[in-house]
Amino acid sequence: MSDLRELYQEVILDHNRRPRNFQKLDGANRTAEGYNPLCGDQLTVYLRLEDGVIKGISFQGSGCAISKASASMMTASLKGKSKADAEALFETFHKMVTADLSVTFDPLEVGKLAAFSGVREFPVRVKCATLPWHTLHAALEEKGQIVSTE
Amino acid sequence: MKAVNQVAAADTLSGPRVAFNVERIREDFPVLKQRVHGKPLVYLDSAATSQKPKVVIDTVTQYYLAENSNIHRGIHFLSEQATRAFEDSRAKVARFLNASTAQEIVFVRGATEGINLVAQSFGRMRVKAGDEIIISAMEHHSNIVPWQILCQETGAVLRVVPINDRGEFLVDEYAKLLSPKTRLVSVVHVSNALGTINPVKRIVEMAHSRGVPVLIDGAQAAPHLTVDVGELDCDFYVFSSHKLFGPTGVGVVYGKAHHLEAMPPYQGGGDMILSVTFEKTLYNVIPFKFEAGTPHIAGVIGLGAAIDYLDGVGLDRIAAYESGLLAYATEAVSAVPGVRLIGTAKEKASIVTFVLEGVHAHDIGTILDQEGIAIRTGHHCAQPVLQRFGVPATARASLAFYNTRGEIDALVRGIRKVTELFG
Ligand SMILES: Cc1ncc(COP(=O)(O)O)c(C=O)c1O
Repeated sequence: MSDLRELYQEVILDHNRRPRNFQKLDGANRTAEGYNPLCGDQLTVYLRLEDGVIKGISFQGSGCAISKASASMMTASLKGKSKADAEALFETFHKMVTADLSVTFDPLEVGKLAAFSGVREFPVRVKCATLPWHTLHAALEEKGQIVSTE
Repeated sequence: MKAVNQVAAADTLSGPRVAFNVERIREDFPVLKQRVHGKPLVYLDSAATSQKPKVVIDTVTQYYLAENSNIHRGIHFLSEQATRAFEDSRAKVARFLNASTAQEIVFVRGATEGINLVAQSFGRMRVKAGDEIIISAMEHHSNIVPWQILCQETGAVLRVVPINDRGEFLVDEYAKLLSPKTRLVSVVHVSNALGTINPVKRIVEMAHSRGVPVLIDGAQAAPHLTVDVGELDCDFYVFSSHKLFGPTGVGVVYGKAHHLEAMPPYQGGGDMILSVTFEKTLYNVIPFKFEAGTPHIAGVIGLGAAIDYLDGVGLDRIAAYESGLLAYATEAVSAVPGVRLIGTAKEKASIVTFVLEGVHAHDIGTILDQEGIAIRTGHHCAQPVLQRFGVPATARASLAFYNTRGEIDALVRGIRKVTELFG
């Protein structure tokens, strides 16, 4: 049970129950869709990007607690950030959920996203946590519309 | 003379009619003895792939240790021996399905390849633009996509028989879809997503009354029901060895001999020819015409061992035991608050699919895994079924005759744990 509490931290369960920015975004000028064909997770990320700054961000879709909370907390932490900041945070996040267990993280760098550090003990769930970020990346890059975890 | 008869009679009576002892059965499956995350493994994912009894593992090992050789090609001792073992397996499969001859048994890689073979060979020969192919709303992707491809290639149209809220095939709707345009019907015998047992005999009769051939996808039926293709009178029947306690990488297509004779080859290569020149190639006789290249020899021989093993346990006793276990599991799982069963057909086999209010199936899967319980979560390669029930994913516990009531109790405790964690 202790490992499970690491994975399903209270903040993750909360974002799963009450996802933030969980709607279509009026005035979105970028969108991308992400799929996890393994489990059928699907989400759409909406962005309003102005002068390289994320003015608005939201998401919709269905998925497990990890992917939903990840999407929710991603949108919450990116509003007002620059495209470069967003990409940098993605990189940090990705490292955190795939890193060796011995690696520790600077809480300042990852902020609330530290809640996802337990994911690395569950390798099959890494894709759930990163799907929203991969989808965000596709929306930022405008490269194609559909992202898959496979 | 008389004495001999008496012995035979006594043998039949004392045959394998002893009580079904699941603990003894479990001894035959080495994989079940392990612990996962510190808990005894509870394997409830046999619909994805079944576990293998030790005799199957030993047969495959023995083949590689002492018998390995290519088949149908050598006059040397090992090749002859391997060929005989391979062809013995074909005879066993023919008996298992009650086919009229072993020539009607084609070995392929799995149920998926079997359906593709029928679609590409029989389908392309029979289907033209404007024709219709009928499947059902509860098909596995492997009984949807090959027909979609055929439809794209030929301009034919795919028709889908709907299912009701219990997950049952709607025979009346099927009757309406059957028409002079129908060229082929392909339906699943037992649904992998819902557990529904379809009235396949009736489905075949109705199609045949219009001269329409029928393929039955038996991937989930062969491990749980007695299959009799003679009685069903279906034109094709496919299943996978790995779901029938045999090795992966082997599948079976049963096809009526006259169809197989008329069909063009599926793949070209060695073994499927009688003679080759650059001007003209003569194809081999059935079933070899459909078995180009070196097959999975060890796997086919292993499948033979699996069938022998099942015969020893007794298919009727397996079915009786599983039906009791399914009833127990259905009641226990549906009694957990928040659980909704998906697939409540009157005729069901071995599958308990459910959703839990407010919890995604994937999270259920992870939490149960920590308890050593293996279930399948997601869409089970049957996305249209989930769309029909309006759920993005489900959790599926699938049973085999090596599962116990104690394991069902563990599953229920696991689901309650999920509820607590997400509470
Ligand atoms: C009903 C059904 N049909 C076909 C298949 C495909 O079998 P395979 O993957 O062994 O080819 C499956 C496997 O899950 C199945 O459940």
